[in-house]
Amino acid sequence: MACGRERVVGKPQRKVDAVGKVTGRTRFADDLALPRMLYCRLLRSPHAHARILAIDTARAAALDGVRAVLTGAALPLPFGILPVSQDEHALALDRVRFIGDPVAAVAAVSEEIATAALDLIDVTYEPLPAIADPEAAIAPAETPIHDYGDAGNLHKLVSLEFGDVAEALARADHVREDLFFYGGSTHLAMEQHAALADWSPDGKLTLWSSTQTPHYVHRALARVLELPPARIRVIATPNGGGFGGKSDPFGHEIVVAKLAMLTGRPVKITLTREEVFYCHRGRHPTLMWVRTGVTRDGRITGMHFRTLLDGGGYGSYGVASTYYTGALQTVTYQVERYKFEGARAFTNKAPCGPKRGHGTPQPRFALEVQMDKLAEDLGIDPAELRLRHLAPPNSVTANYLRIGSMGLGTCIEKVMAGAGWKARHGRLGPGRGLGLACSSYLSGAGLPIYWNDMPHSGVQLKCDRGGGVTVFCGSTDIGQGSDSILASIVAEVLGVAMGDVSVMTADTDLTPVDLGSYSSRVTLMSGNAALQAAERARAILARHAAHKLTVPAERLVFAAGRVFDAEHPETGMTLAEAVQLAEAEEGTVGTVGSYTPPRSPGRYRGAGVGPSPAYSYSAAIAEVAVDPDTGIVRVPKIWVAHDVGRCINPATVMGQVEGSVYMGLGEALMEDMAYRPNRRLLHKIPSLLEYKSPTTLEMCDVETYLIEDPDPNGPFGAKEVGQGPLLPIPPAVANAVYDALGVRIDEVPITPEKVLKALKDKARGAGRYGPDRFPDITWPAPTVVAPPWEGGDGRAAPSPGASPSPSASERQH
Amino acid sequence: MPRPRPPRPPRTSDRALITLDLNGERTPVAFAPHKTLLEVLREDLGLTGTKHGCELGECGTCTVLLDDQPVLSCLVLAAACDGRRVRTVEGMGGSRLHPLQETFADLGAAQCGYCTPGFLLAARALLERNPAPTRDQIREALSGNLCRCTGYLKIYEAVELAAARLRGETAEPKPETLYGLR
Repeated sequence: MACGRERVVGKPQRKVDAVGKVTGRTRFADDLALPRMLYCRLLRSPHAHARILAIDTARAAALDGVRAVLTGAALPLPFGILPVSQDEHALALDRVRFIGDPVAAVAAVSEEIATAALDLIDVTYEPLPAIADPEAAIAPAETPIHDYGDAGNLHKLVSLEFGDVAEALARADHVREDLFFYGGSTHLAMEQHAALADWSPDGKLTLWSSTQTPHYVHRALARVLELPPARIRVIATPNGGGFGGKSDPFGHEIVVAKLAMLTGRPVKITLTREEVFYCHRGRHPTLMWVRTGVTRDGRITGMHFRTLLDGGGYGSYGVASTYYTGALQTVTYQVERYKFEGARAFTNKAPCGPKRGHGTPQPRFALEVQMDKLAEDLGIDPAELRLRHLAPPNSVTANYLRIGSMGLGTCIEKVMAGAGWKARHGRLGPGRGLGLACSSYLSGAGLPIYWNDMPHSGVQLKCDRGGGVTVFCGSTDIGQGSDSILASIVAEVLGVAMGDVSVMTADTDLTPVDLGSYSSRVTLMSGNAALQAAERARAILARHAAHKLTVPAERLVFAAGRVFDAEHPETGMTLAEAVQLAEAEEGTVGTVGSYTPPRSPGRYRGAGVGPSPAYSYSAAIAEVAVDPDTGIVRVPKIWVAHDVGRCINPATVMGQVEGSVYMGLGEALMEDMAYRPNRRLLHKIPSLLEYKSPTTLEMCDVETYLIEDPDPNGPFGAKEVGQGPLLPIPPAVANAVYDALGVRIDEVPITPEKVLKALKDKARGAGRYGPDRFPDITWPAPTVVAPPWEGGDGRAAPSPGASPSPSASERQH
Repeated sequence: MPRPRPPRPPRTSDRALITLDLNGERTPVAFAPHKTLLEVLREDLGLTGTKHGCELGECGTCTVLLDDQPVLSCLVLAAACDGRRVRTVEGMGGSRLHPLQETFADLGAAQCGYCTPGFLLAARALLERNPAPTRDQIREALSGNLCRCTGYLKIYEAVELAAARLRGETAEPKPETLYGLR
């Protein structure tokens, strides 16, 4: 499809659900109610780590109004989002692993009675030593948090080497070694998780849930409840924000389903805000060590990157998160040789998982701040350094990621011009500064979470004889506007108005599988599936219209609700008439479309994390004003440019860029998932007031440039936008603080306390705040893969004990 | 998580009866007297357009107008609202949208939509007392409402556009609002 001739794509459109949202008509999970509905509440662990010796539910069950009390014994089968980390139970069986771990559940006729019943459940715990941080997790443990993992409390160890990095560093003109820490943060979606289950005596279970991944919830329910998937229907309600926090199957979803089966009544749960902090699955706190060698002109000859992730109490997406902390270092600037060692530790805190950018904002922070330092070492402008060594488009990186379109250079130039970089960087005077950083992100993970050969996204499309079109797709709108993307693409291809397209999504009974709203995959993958289904429908309609009009089918135009001859526009018919012709001849007009990402060139163990059909690119410049007396960092403005490939709907693209900048700003300056080590790892701040997030008073002005470098793998050339623009913000702010004060804050969040400490340190000569050591870890022998330019074919070099082919368990993302 | 121990279930036999002026309709309602205005709106009156984010007065999601003032309905006892004027998102438009609803929809000021009703009512209260607010006055008026999706910028622009239209001006969004800079 040629760019620029489209009538819908590329134009700002009101989202298909916008009116529902501004009128309060949208029904979120907690807005649902069914007759005879019971209310569920969960009892959660008061211990960070303990054995459960006994649970007595008799007093709770006897309370007037209580209909059922459930413990882990009723749901003994484990589950987890990744096949290699099936380590969760809907309710704890015999062990609790963090404060807030669910232990028992009550269903009662009112929420008040269910809450009161929780106090009548008697649990006897035997407290165990708690692991507070990853360093403690490295030491051998008497009672490991889990009975699986790569070494004691180390859940996962990864070691990959692409070319001889030691040799590359030895011959580099300049080598830097730096340590960074990226603090943990949580999604803080405004909607608390909620779920409603209904069981019908004919053996059919229906679950409505605020989930980003109804397909995976479907699978987890079937597994734990031991029901045939065909008897389970999962409907994802519109998510009141997700950001990755609703992408795991959760115990509470399984619990309400089980309670509905036991009581024969619908059962609903809505988590409290405090409980949402315990669900977490947020950003892994990550310690990083980076050694990078460059030539005099800044070309990266070798990079050795180590990460240590604080995983919390369960696996969640953590194996994938670990790989992601090492995957995308190579797609922005050319890296000739690259080595990555990553470790994820279990600790007795709320489980970490995927938050917007999943595992990549942490290493991006380290990489971009180190680039700033390298530029200064070499006496090269930081923007110029990046522009000189951009990864080329249509290339394969050292770790075998295939880059398609690559608009980073344009992004950098746009923000430089906007911010007046050349005239202002380094020249704003004391307390004021500019900082630049770049990034890239996936347009969907190249491999599914559980290994299979089926499409990642499917669409069914139905043409009605009245001229309406209905799109069915398993994708889930979490506010990012994915339903509208489906409508735009179908409206474009069939030449109808957006309002003539009905979108039915996220219902496992009605819609073909789409894997879910994560890894920024939906526009590209469900968009391609919708495009295929719409083009097939168009072909059917064109055939019949062409016959009737006696015009060659290829000359027909679909636009404005009509099908007509391009050369004689008055010769035509309405789309409804075309559908009626086709329906009379062939029966119901319906098509399907599906999408499977292209195969990645990487063939080594671990190559499953990082490949994507297309990579987005972003550049940002932050301006800061820092008060040296208080250490308070204000950010008046950020310039951001994002290469989205092609805007399907520029209005929603703008929203994603600005929202990403906002969330990145929060992580840069204030958001902090903090625990109290001296209070048995109690969560410090499980409330919206105490967990600091930017209000209108902290949010900066943003100047947004949308760069369109179409990628052949994207529908109409589109790439992702929901996550990538978050990534450059924290390092841009850190680099700007350096420009303002001459101190390096190698850690986020950049709190006033850290700035003041760094200023004090500067008075003594250095001027840095950040970690000063990376603990000793016994890394496994690396999987060695030659880069493409050193004769590699994507396969690992044979080594003693190495498996010959990628194992299914390593294909997670 | 040590928790207090009230072993007896709450009493539900006593019910308060009040009459609200709710979105312009005289609305009697009976409910358990401990309930908040938020709970009565959502649970007893079926007006689920008002959302909740914390039920602790921290996020502004449950904002409604009580006697034309924005209040956090999770902190207001419904029993204290007898005879008072309550306006919720359901009363903003009728069969047509209010100008704020139009601009929130067109500019993408509502992404997930969960915080949107609260923002709409806070913005409406602002425009009723100040038809031409500056950007800083909008920031200040909306500073008690959290949004995690938009970064607030499209919300400001939507309020400014609606304000202009409510003043009778012919106003359209700036191209860079919808297309960005190129």
